[in-house]
Amino acid sequence: MGDLGLAYLAAGLGAGISVIGGALGVSKCASAALEGIARQPEATGDIRGAMIITAAMIEGAALLGLVICFLLAVKA
Amino acid sequence: MIMAQTLSWFLTGSGVQEGHGAEQQGHGGREHEELGADFIMHHITDHKLLDLQILGMDISITKHVLLMWIVSALMILMFGILFRKPKMVPSGLANFFEFIIEYLDQEVMKPFLGDQSRKYAPYLLTAFFFVLFCNLLGLVPGSATATGDISVTAALALLTFVMVIMAGIKYHGLVGYFKGLIPPGLPVFILPIMIPVEILGLFTKHFALAIRLFANMVAGHVVVFAFLMIIFTFKNWAIAGTTLLFLLFVSLLEVLIGLIQAYIFTILSAVFIGMSIHQDH
Repeated sequence: MGDLGLAYLAAGLGAGISVIGGALGVSKCASAALEGIARQPEATGDIRGAMIITAAMIEGAALLGLVICFLLAVKA
Repeated sequence: MIMAQTLSWFLTGSGVQEGHGAEQQGHGGREHEELGADFIMHHITDHKLLDLQILGMDISITKHVLLMWIVSALMILMFGILFRKPKMVPSGLANFFEFIIEYLDQEVMKPFLGDQSRKYAPYLLTAFFFVLFCNLLGLVPGSATATGDISVTAALALLTFVMVIMAGIKYHGLVGYFKGLIPPGLPVFILPIMIPVEILGLFTKHFALAIRLFANMVAGHVVVFAFLMIIFTFKNWAIAGTTLLFLLFVSLLEVLIGLIQAYIFTILSAVFIGMSIHQDH
């Protein structure tokens, strides 16, 4: 396996790993939010707003990794 | 014209980027996969429509620039016509937009900006509708996603950055704002760590704002085109049908993502501006 192959492998593995991280973060955030809504249905609006912001932050971190992987795959 | 080029490229496997194909001759079997990657890159990168250089600066009119002009013209025309004579009870499209604006006012601006929300509403609403229209127009076949370009999202994030700094300086003064970035009452020995962290935080917040929008838009389009390329890799009717269903699903998801990302850009801008106005918490 040459350098090019290694770069493609790194890009693929990195994309998978960053998606795992993002999925774990968003799932934890969503499960906590759903629990909160189930306990206190009257706070649904506030919880939803906070959840969307947090999910966006986590997603941003995961997408940062994806962008790097994408650059690796394209520039290699 | 671009559609026709793409189509001919699809059919003959050559055309748009012949120079690149010639380089790949030695690889034989890899040529097909390279074509797929090129095809995806062709769709998410920018293309010059009119070459323009002034004082050594490249200000060419590209597809994304054209799309942004179209979006701006659409916004000016649409809101200009719809709200020229504001009615107490609007109807049709004006009603729809008033619903969106009221939702943003109640859910985004009031909670984070408080009594200052009216001052920053013009910027936040313009940013929301600009990003939204760019995202949604990018889904029209043959057009391009202007927000899928890092320069565009960086410019939008820079605007938010300027708004945040201006708001902070306006309410706390030049010295007071930068002093207020550090939480008061910290022990002195932590300060050498806290000051760089807070200054870095000021930039990374807005950097993440740009990357988030850009990456979301690009990732969506890459997924759509990756599904398209599956059809051309397998050349099988059954797989093509299944893939088309997935493609439809991803395309509909893209509409949702376009809306959510516009909302998130607005809400985060509001949060950052609110944080610089109300520094005490």
